[in-house]
Amino acid sequence: MMMLFGIPIQALLGQLLVGLINGSFYALLSLGLAVIFGLLRVINFAHGAQYMLGAFVALLMLKFAGIGYWGALILAPIVVGAMGAFVERTMLSRLYKLDHLYGLLFTFGMALTIEGTFRYFFGASGQPYTTPAALSGGVNLGFMFLPIYRGWVVVASMVICLGVWFLIEKTKLGAYLRAATENPVLVQSFGINVPLLLTLTYGLGAGLAGLAGVLAAPIYQVSPLMGSNIIIIVFAVVVVGGMGSILGAIITGYMLGIAEGLTKVFYPEASNIVIFVIMAIVLILRPAGLFGKDA
Amino acid sequence: MRRILMSASALAALASPSLAEVSDGKVKIGILNDQSGVYADFGGKFSYEAALMAVEDFGGTVLDMPVEVVTADHQNKADIASNIARQWYDTEQVDAIMELTTSSVALAVQALSKEKAKITITTGAATTELTGPQCSPYGFHWVYDTHALAVGTGGALVEQGGDKWFFLTADYAFGYSLEENTAAYVTANGGTVAGAVRHPLATTDFSSFLLQAQASGASVIGLANAGMDTQNAIKQASEFGIVQSGQRLAALLFTLAEVNGIGLEAAQGLTLTESFYWNRNEETAAFGKRFFDRTGAMPNMVHAGTYSAVLSYLKAVEAAGGDETEAVAAKLHEMPVKDVFTESGTVAPNGRMITDVYLMEVKKPGDSDIAWDYYNVLATIPGAEAFIDPAKSGCPLIAQ
Repeated sequence: MMMLFGIPIQALLGQLLVGLINGSFYALLSLGLAVIFGLLRVINFAHGAQYMLGAFVALLMLKFAGIGYWGALILAPIVVGAMGAFVERTMLSRLYKLDHLYGLLFTFGMALTIEGTFRYFFGASGQPYTTPAALSGGVNLGFMFLPIYRGWVVVASMVICLGVWFLIEKTKLGAYLRAATENPVLVQSFGINVPLLLTLTYGLGAGLAGLAGVLAAPIYQVSPLMGSNIIIIVFAVVVVGGMGSILGAIITGYMLGIAEGLTKVFYPEASNIVIFVIMAIVLILRPAGLFGKDA
Repeated sequence: MRRILMSASALAALASPSLAEVSDGKVKIGILNDQSGVYADFGGKFSYEAALMAVEDFGGTVLDMPVEVVTADHQNKADIASNIARQWYDTEQVDAIMELTTSSVALAVQALSKEKAKITITTGAATTELTGPQCSPYGFHWVYDTHALAVGTGGALVEQGGDKWFFLTADYAFGYSLEENTAAYVTANGGTVAGAVRHPLATTDFSSFLLQAQASGASVIGLANAGMDTQNAIKQASEFGIVQSGQRLAALLFTLAEVNGIGLEAAQGLTLTESFYWNRNEETAAFGKRFFDRTGAMPNMVHAGTYSAVLSYLKAVEAAGGDETEAVAAKLHEMPVKDVFTESGTVAPNGRMITDVYLMEVKKPGDSDIAWDYYNVLATIPGAEAFIDPAKSGCPLIAQ
């Protein structure tokens, strides 16, 4: 068997693929964060809670309304997005005039409240969510056994990431959005409803987090803590990619997933800090992040 | 970003729970455990509820002194736990601290309590160190330990032909202890250990570790972790076709709470070890029902064990005629333990409560006809077999 750094190539390939799968979640979540930060300048600490909400909405839909995975994949992000839009409209929008820290504090408090409430009602262990029948099972790739569902996650997340990037960078709506953040007064004077655009943006970001939550539900336990476990990593991803850079967040998400996967092979004990080590190095060498514009 | 992180950590500090107020002329028991993290269902706030039940069942007072129970969340961090314990002892007249899920925390608090001459009864942590080299004259260990788990679950799987093991180990005191005890048991019974990989506490994705376990060619993958970590590992193992390809999973520490968490569909057929099962006899079932009415969940061994620990402590205070540490510790050492948790518990000089433990098999979804009826009891392992012989525990309190 061929070896590379003392590890069989086959095992390495398997780990790369696993890294890519985790990277898909990092990319999806950091994408939402980057959209919200890039356009609203809000550091959305509630992103993890919104991800958790997506998974719970899917679980509760299945339990009480009999709506299965595919329905939840469409409906849950809409529900979470609508909740996000409601919060933005009624509360968060009042903080735009203040320092960024207020938005951070508000969303952090919101995250604690949501998580605490869910922990009270559902306990910390979480509940199982069954993989949809069409995606259960796996294929033997020769170097590893790939669960079909995980393959689906990689494909779905890539499609969504590209779609969102296209929406914001290449469409007229995206152009309005970007313009509205550059100079809201000017854009408003053209007759465009800027506050509505911002509400939609926050809703979109929250909806993306909800979507990631639905995708994650069959893999992890649907648990109130699932968001807080991942959110710090996702923040690191956004910082490494460059705050506000959408493409940067996507690419960095996949890259750091792979870096973490490789660490798990060579030195597993460090696997939960490797991302932060990379973050520290990037911050020293390129404070604006790998893809960020120097502010 | 630094500003963000600083305010985040300040907020996290604010979010930690406040402590109860100062009291005097009372017997005061502190339940210190994880109430928000990976072990929140394993022990958590239900352990506090179990402690309250014990106090109520005892009559609410001992020697005409009121009994009070306080609780706090140590967030699985030994430094936070030590600070809370110190505050409880120094300014809030707490007489004894119990539960102490998470081995690193239990070791820290037991050491601190030894220094302060206060009693601890650990029910939630597993390391044998507590009654081994780091034992304390005032430290007691109820319920289970890593040795009992190795003998129970490890023994059962070795007997069924699982002779080549690979460990997925939680990267802290508990994981090491469990891996070490199980590996020793496996090799002593003619098996081999193919390797081990250590994962951080609260890992959400095990796929990479599972692939390494799969590649090792071991017949049994020993999960030397607990709580949500074990749940995630089991769930993801079935995704990667580990069981289908002939390898067996040994969830070395898995309780009723976690079985409920992943559901019978995923948990069926697992062999596990607990020292309590609510549906074992009429008395345990009645206790289970009372507990259920208060919490909405059936008790696992940690909850029932915490009930037993509080009850035993109060009995010892009564027998000693006061809550002075030396006298209560002496009574705890000499009095047999007999309650709903155990019929025949005895406390060894190293603080280990010796009681029977049970080897269970998780039922198939179709075989469970009432809610929370998850286990078939496969075997009863006598305490003397399940726990390390106190004379060989390495505890300096006992002449070896």
